[in-house]
Amino acid sequence: MEEFFTMIVLIADATLRVSTPLILAALAGLYAERSGVVDIALEGKLLGAAFAAATVAAVTHSAWLGLAAGITFAVALAMIHAYACVTHKGDQVVSGMAINILVAGLGPTLALAWFRQGGQTPRVEGGARFHPWSWPGAEAVADIPVIGPIYFEIISGHNMFVYIAVLCVPLTAWVIYKTRFGLRLRAVGESPEAVDTAGISVDWMRYQALIVTGILCGIGGTYLSIAQNAGFLRNMSAGQGFIALAALIFGKWRPWPTMFACFLFAFTDAVQTRLQGVDIPGIGIIPVQFIQALPFALTVILLAGFVGKAVAPRASGIPYIKER
Amino acid sequence: MARLVTGLETDVATPIAEAPPALELRGIDKWFGPVHANNGVSFAVPRGSIHGIIGENGAGKSTLMSIVYGYYQADAGQILVNGTAVKITGPQNALSHGIGMVHQHFMLVEPFTVLENVILGAETGRILAPSLERARAELERLERDYSLEVNPDATIETLAVGLRQRVEILKALYRGADILILDEPTGVLTPQEVDQLFDILRALRDQGKTVILITHKLREIMALTDNVTVMRQGEVVANVKTAETSREKLAELMVGRSVLLRVEKTVATPGAEVLAVQDISVRDGQGVRRVKGVSFDVRAGEILGIAGVAGNGQSELLEALAGIRPIESGTIRFKGTEIDAAHMRNARQMRELGMGHVPEDRQRMGLVVSFQANESSILGHQDNPKYTGAILMRQSAIVADVAEKMERFDVRPSNPLLRTSAFSGGNQQKIVLVREMDQNPDLLLVGQPTRGVDIGAIEFIHKRLIAMRDQGKAILLVSVELDEILSLSDRIIVMFDGGIVGEVSQAEADERKLGLMMAGERLGAAA
Repeated sequence: MEEFFTMIVLIADATLRVSTPLILAALAGLYAERSGVVDIALEGKLLGAAFAAATVAAVTHSAWLGLAAGITFAVALAMIHAYACVTHKGDQVVSGMAINILVAGLGPTLALAWFRQGGQTPRVEGGARFHPWSWPGAEAVADIPVIGPIYFEIISGHNMFVYIAVLCVPLTAWVIYKTRFGLRLRAVGESPEAVDTAGISVDWMRYQALIVTGILCGIGGTYLSIAQNAGFLRNMSAGQGFIALAALIFGKWRPWPTMFACFLFAFTDAVQTRLQGVDIPGIGIIPVQFIQALPFALTVILLAGFVGKAVAPRASGIPYIKER
Repeated sequence: MARLVTGLETDVATPIAEAPPALELRGIDKWFGPVHANNGVSFAVPRGSIHGIIGENGAGKSTLMSIVYGYYQADAGQILVNGTAVKITGPQNALSHGIGMVHQHFMLVEPFTVLENVILGAETGRILAPSLERARAELERLERDYSLEVNPDATIETLAVGLRQRVEILKALYRGADILILDEPTGVLTPQEVDQLFDILRALRDQGKTVILITHKLREIMALTDNVTVMRQGEVVANVKTAETSREKLAELMVGRSVLLRVEKTVATPGAEVLAVQDISVRDGQGVRRVKGVSFDVRAGEILGIAGVAGNGQSELLEALAGIRPIESGTIRFKGTEIDAAHMRNARQMRELGMGHVPEDRQRMGLVVSFQANESSILGHQDNPKYTGAILMRQSAIVADVAEKMERFDVRPSNPLLRTSAFSGGNQQKIVLVREMDQNPDLLLVGQPTRGVDIGAIEFIHKRLIAMRDQGKAILLVSVELDEILSLSDRIIVMFDGGIVGEVSQAEADERKLGLMMAGERLGAAA
């Protein structure tokens, strides 16, 4: 029983850690898509930010400068997307894919040229990395049954980014539903012509949304390379940007349901790490590859079968061109 | 805003002599490339009046109003609001001068509530709650003053079209509009909704607002306006008091020649049954049943009109009859051939049986607008040996054939090599009509034959349809234009919510009766 409880706590702990970049990226996608811009380049922005953050952190030995670099680079990528899709009404999927491909090649190539370590950045340590925060009294209460491990493992002892990601959810819900910016954001993704005739610039709204998208992706990518890991690795985002996109659809473009969708995907990931090499009675040891495919299989199944009618923002993916 | 003392029946339409007009245009000029859309347009709209602007499609009405609302800048000319010259740079700027616009296609965010739509772009601060509160109070006041009742918490997608339009009016009033421009506001309304709208507009006028109504419907101008400006080819051709003119005079001014408003036709002599529809039901693309057990027949030598507000199943019915949409149950008998859910015929087979079809949406279903006119003109008949050889199309034969057709139907410009989209609405419609009529079908299905078509072309199209009937052909006409239904049909059935509300003959039909039926009211004498 005790062992089972410990496992639950550890899985919950892992779920939180794994869900952090997913939540940040999914919320980033939420801002973009609610404004009417499809952003399949969440993946590229995560990876790009991870690379920029690790590079700057490795050179300057400052994690905070790394974070600034990660955000700056992701916002820059978002602005390329905005320039192509908003200013020049280009195809949003093509532009997003181009950014993904660009970053996937650019990161390792530059890393190889600069650091000569096979496309990785050097290992970042100490002040060049974000470390978990220990909450007051965590060590003291750790041995108290039930509450102790929950406080020690789940509440305390995470990286700053984990808390940021979770806090971004109520913040986003508030911004989207309770502020003028949110009202205009939702309107521009549903009916840009109504926004235009109300005297608000459609293009500027979409630029603003994509700036927020860039910032959130920048934080998520930074977490990947200099908080969760200690350096940039080739393709370290590993499809999380796409899973975030799936979570966004599964959450029907709403902040809270999107967060729970991210938790669900992170949970399967946490479970799959635990299941590796475990002898399941009656089945035996399942090959690692099958278990690793679990989150992705779940994505497909959920999106195909369980989402029901997910109604995207009506103008999502459609460049706004005045008809008059 | 003080309410006027009721019971005092003063003629508020007459402006006080020295007050400057609410809106005055002086010599407005606008070019789009080689097209002179507005040519020296000048007129004045007195405060507290309803002013009509009438003209055919392409006469420059909408361009002019887009200039007034700030979408476009005039190349030359002056706009005066309350006697002061202003430069209007955009919609927000127009609103600050008190000019509001109700667009033909509603500019509403469908998942939003009425309140959210009203404040969008006119919020009082960064946080929504105070804006919403203020708007709620203000809407209550507007409702009281102008009887513009709408539930402020309803989402737009749940509202009927007439109510959505009220939201648009509320939006403009909330932004402090003193001059309200309405662009073709009645196209999607039932006659009763039109009456309600007119009452609202009169209430607005009586409280000192200025209303500008853009329309191509003469009836509305005569019923509502105080003054009317007639435009033709970008110019103002007349500025008259409505009381001093007539429908016929206005029509003549619009078209530039005298026009027959009422179609000349003799009493029909119906022959044998051509089409018999028995209890058919049809679902739309979303799986919603849109036609619910409808039965009727059409005889040779008559025009059967199907009236109804758009979206009550007429479109699906027409598509099912044309073989485009499967029927769910019931039977269709066309010239003795039985068609039911198990024995469907596709559009080509229906055509081969002798059915012509002029679809409702010519740009989407009737034509390929990016094709040349000659290619659009043979759609559905491209396999005819007249047009195609073993491998290659007979290009010159097609062009020659289409040129002859264009000549006969007065399609302008009569150039078969021009892109279909380069033709005006009326000329596009003629291209479809001549294609379908030339097959000499026994039954012609016609959907919205004159939607977006100018008066001159309407007259031509109506004459052709009557001539076809007189040759003993059967015609099934679906139209949301009551005038058209009334002037063409020999018998009229009214559809509401997928069913037939009733049938009336042309002799016993009038606007009021049909209007009630279109709103779903069964009249005692349903056939």
